[in-house]
Amino acid sequence: MHGIPRKAPTQEERDGSSIKAAKLRDLQSQLLHFHYNKIYTKEAIEISAQLLESNPEHYTGWNYRKLAVQHLLDRHQENEVDSELPQSVLDEELRLVENALKRNFKAYGAWHHRKWVLSKGHSSPDRELRLLGKLQKLDSRNFHAWNYRRFITELKKIPDEDELQYTTDMIYDNFSNYSAWHNRSMLLSKLLEKRAKGYDKTENVLSEEFEFVRNALFTDPDDQSGWFYHLWLLGQTLKREPLVISSSPPHGSNLSLSIDNPDCQPSFSKIYHQSKERTFPLILYFSEAVVGVSSSTVTVEFDYDGGDGLIWHPLSANKLGFSQAWLAYIKYPHDSLESCHVKVTVAQFPGIISSSGMPCSQSCFISFTASVCSNNQEHSKVQTTHKISWNEENFKAHSTHPEDANLLASLCKLNITKENMPTTPMLCIETISNEIACSRELLSSSNCKIGKLILARLLVAHNTLMTYGCMDSITEAHYEEILALYHDLMKMDHAHIGYYEDEYSLVVMKQLTSNTESLLKLCGNYEELSLPSISSYTCVRLKGLSLSRVSCMEHLLWVQMLDLSHNKLRSIEGLEALQLLSCLKLSKNRFSSFTALEPLKMLKSLQVLDVSYNEIGAHSIDTRRYMCSSPLNSTTGSEWQLKRFAEEDADMKHFWDAYLLFKDLNLVQLDIVGNAVVDERLKAFLVKLMSALKWFDGESCH
Amino acid sequence: MDETTLFPPIEPSNFDLIVVGTGLPESIIAAAASAAGKTVLHLDPNPFYGTHSASLPLDDFISFLRSHSESPSLQVQTSDDDDVSIPLATRPLYSNLEINLHSSEPLENSNKFTLDLGAPCAFLCADAMIDLILKTGINQYMEFKSVDSSFVSGGAGKLESVPDSRSAIFKTRSLLGPEKYQLMNFFKHVQGILENGSEEDMEIPFVDFLTKRGLSQKLKSIILYTIAWADYDQGKLEFCKDVITTRSGINRLALYHSSIGRFSNANGAIIYPIYGQGELSQAFCRRAAVKGCIYVLRMPVISVLMDKDGRTYQGVRLASEVTNSNHKSPSNAEGKVARGICIAKNSVKPEAANCLVFFPPRSLYPEQITSVRVLQLSSNVGVCPSKTFVTYLSAVCDDSVEGKKLLNAAINALFHIAVSSSSENNEIDNLREHAEEKPCLLWSALYIQDLTKFHGAFNSIKFTPMPDEHLHYDDILDATEKLFKELFPNEDFFATTSTSDEQHLDGNTELDP
Repeated sequence: MHGIPRKAPTQEERDGSSIKAAKLRDLQSQLLHFHYNKIYTKEAIEISAQLLESNPEHYTGWNYRKLAVQHLLDRHQENEVDSELPQSVLDEELRLVENALKRNFKAYGAWHHRKWVLSKGHSSPDRELRLLGKLQKLDSRNFHAWNYRRFITELKKIPDEDELQYTTDMIYDNFSNYSAWHNRSMLLSKLLEKRAKGYDKTENVLSEEFEFVRNALFTDPDDQSGWFYHLWLLGQTLKREPLVISSSPPHGSNLSLSIDNPDCQPSFSKIYHQSKERTFPLILYFSEAVVGVSSSTVTVEFDYDGGDGLIWHPLSANKLGFSQAWLAYIKYPHDSLESCHVKVTVAQFPGIISSSGMPCSQSCFISFTASVCSNNQEHSKVQTTHKISWNEENFKAHSTHPEDANLLASLCKLNITKENMPTTPMLCIETISNEIACSRELLSSSNCKIGKLILARLLVAHNTLMTYGCMDSITEAHYEEILALYHDLMKMDHAHIGYYEDEYSLVVMKQLTSNTESLLKLCGNYEELSLPSISSYTCVRLKGLSLSRVSCMEHLLWVQMLDLSHNKLRSIEGLEALQLLSCLKLSKNRFSSFTALEPLKMLKSLQVLDVSYNEIGAHSIDTRRYMCSSPLNSTTGSEWQLKRFAEEDADMKHFWDAYLLFKDLNLVQLDIVGNAVVDERLKAFLVKLMSALKWFDGESCH
Repeated sequence: MDETTLFPPIEPSNFDLIVVGTGLPESIIAAAASAAGKTVLHLDPNPFYGTHSASLPLDDFISFLRSHSESPSLQVQTSDDDDVSIPLATRPLYSNLEINLHSSEPLENSNKFTLDLGAPCAFLCADAMIDLILKTGINQYMEFKSVDSSFVSGGAGKLESVPDSRSAIFKTRSLLGPEKYQLMNFFKHVQGILENGSEEDMEIPFVDFLTKRGLSQKLKSIILYTIAWADYDQGKLEFCKDVITTRSGINRLALYHSSIGRFSNANGAIIYPIYGQGELSQAFCRRAAVKGCIYVLRMPVISVLMDKDGRTYQGVRLASEVTNSNHKSPSNAEGKVARGICIAKNSVKPEAANCLVFFPPRSLYPEQITSVRVLQLSSNVGVCPSKTFVTYLSAVCDDSVEGKKLLNAAINALFHIAVSSSSENNEIDNLREHAEEKPCLLWSALYIQDLTKFHGAFNSIKFTPMPDEHLHYDDILDATEKLFKELFPNEDFFATTSTSDEQHLDGNTELDP
């Protein structure tokens, strides 16, 4: 079972097992013969029993059994002779399963077969519970038995309260029992959802459970089973209604639109958007991943004839379609200097549900004005031909000009007001604070890694709860403590360093973006000094921060120029929410493939990209390929037309991953030097692929 | 001799070994000698097996205590034949017997109580006695029940469960989180020492070792008195007559922990034999009888026969006056143990049937220097009628006054005593506030037993050890094995002919899974 080391078999045992194997092979071929020829004689059935008793993993054997039983039952029904037959036939099946389980109680087939017999209306739940009692005594963690137990208790309608007590008893017996803790979480979820008697005050129940599991954690902090339950409790404590935390364009903003190039002298007072398609993106960013964002749950009202029946797309959706960021394109107003008002109402009607099953019931209003600049086609050429050098001297830190600060504050302010703020019961905050205190106490004597991880998560959770309460005024954010914990973990547990780096990055991003003051320090005006006439961008610089992933996009939805160089980025998942982004610097990171950059395909405004000095092509096996969308994945599979490639271009076949990324990008400038994959052939291929490209690795293409 | 007619003659009349008294050590010796192929005659003047290790019906129990509380008149016999006959006399083992009926009505079903003389005694599942029981196969004559829980008196007379295992530490409400961590960590540390050895000095007092590990007073007390079962206050080394060394402390912990889970149907570390501890000596006697030992009960020994020069032991003269090789000079009384028995209708802890309770030094009153140990048994071990509980108490003491003070304090902490009770102590009144939760005491008996140690032997006459102050039989068993080696230096103490392996025995050792 558990914790018993394997012993190498002796010669005798090896001989024994080869004899057994020969016997099994014989039984197996006989069974297959019976199965194929539909022979259900007594002898044949006996052979199948022999086989299954010695090898309960033989699925075909179990299927044959089912057919045989059905055959016997059918024949009995036709003849109606011996009324006792069905009982004895099914009893025999139960006996066989019991014998099979005695040999191997982890055989899926045997458990399934038992369920099947029960579905025939045979055996009694009490009898099954007795069997379970025996098996769970042999191995209290056996998840098959626990699974079957849930099935039987459902059948017998045993109250969840009783089953909860059963898990308590099992945990008291030995708390390192993942299955018991897991079943406890299942039962509690049900009881809390039903608001059963004694379970109607979620906060009270959770704080009792925290206390219960804490006993296990303190008794043996190195046993992880309790920590897993603790983690689940933490998730339950944080469960709140999802809400829109920010949008692009932000609430109360003025949006200047142009068909190609903004005419007006850029200042840091308005948001510009240019598009040839005469549409602009509207992004709703939720506090957690949700589904159900559609024209029936989100109403958009215009002063003008904008867009009827907007189509909402999830950005960076998971497999089930949940996403934090949702995108719809809105048509430009008519060419007029009149500003038009757009009013968005989210969740006026129910239908938006978070991945934790919470509905978004608080409706939220966002309004902004959009105006179209008078077109001036002549300027457009200048704009798109100049090269962005990302030089340090071109970057001017923002003056602490109050006007700039105010605008920035308005840009990155979250949409949370007292009215739509989710109610966080004080008890939740107290519970978390209490857990933090206890974890610190435990860590003061024990240096256990999972304890550190949980403390870090508790502190993050505490911040989350507090953040929505009062933005910009977190007095105790504990960022340094959390970062120190993750730093320790990276050293203590090198095997999971990637995970800790990611968590570390989330906290760094949170720390930098959570208040206007720190965010302002990262912002500056970027102006090509060589071309002073050209418009300047507001650039956000997040360089050299050891980030391995990006997050906190809710604060950055307005960003047009972003420098993420000199980090440890392996992925840019989440970046697709920055629909206004036009210049992106990703040099000196750890991207190892073009597929890792796939989210860029959704950035329709992106013109300047720097991915120089990464690890693209350095690893023969692209491990990212299986973690994000790729040709092996159904989302992009439809685009993958190998046949066409083969006919058209050998290069395309060779650089399929580069092709899939860059064919959808409308880049003007690309820097790719310093990656193992780069050679003349790729360069030529990319230049050919992207017709709009003007600057390639610092050189003019034309 | 007139009396000889009362007692039938025994044939044959020559034996390798004559054992007088059927107490536990005598029975083990008889069984071991028989197993080694010796001819053995095993005598007991009493009509029952067990002598001072016996379990007796309540009335017999009292009369046995009474008869062993007074000095019998010494009868001098003169020599007749070639041998010199040396008369034997009994030294009273018990004293200060005090029986109280705490209710206006007499105790119901008093004949249904079976009481242990040397109580409280119990087994740790992995201790030497259990090993011997399994080795000799006498578990086939016995059945056991588990003593499900142990409690320790926390402050104010509150009984808290003893966190003696991983799951008990998890479960207990009496320890704070950091204490749980500390205690579990200490257990792991001890485990590490057992597996890998240690650089530390194993001869320092165990209490100092605990202090070095940074354990709180509470945890130290739990480990010393409820797991290592120390008698004396280990914190006051000047009064402490049994300073536990680190080595023995760690060994006791190891024994305790290997006891947990040894038998799948025992819940904790401790088990108790159904029908009382008297079953144990009886089982060894049966074992001896199977191997050819001859048993004669109700057979007193009058005198020891010596050869003419009075140096060599020749035999014993039987019949008439009570005597038994155990309790006679040359013995030295070395302290006393106060024992008590209480009968109540309810358990001292509602959730527990069979349980141990420990009152560590200073938990009852500040001057308390020895711990009081309590074993409560329910009707499921067959020693009392249903819905009653028998509770045994014991404490080491220097004199009977101290001994009774200790037991009375513990009894007052555990039971509610009707106000009319004749109890003479009144200093424990401050514990009365919990009276309503406590079971009412129906009947109690207190007595003092002398702790005797025998030094040397009288010619070829050897003396077996007497019931001692411990909860376990380890010392008695050691002394008995040593004695056997003196008697038969060339024989094995139960040669390992063992027919059955432990796996097989597991099932038999326990009753009612």
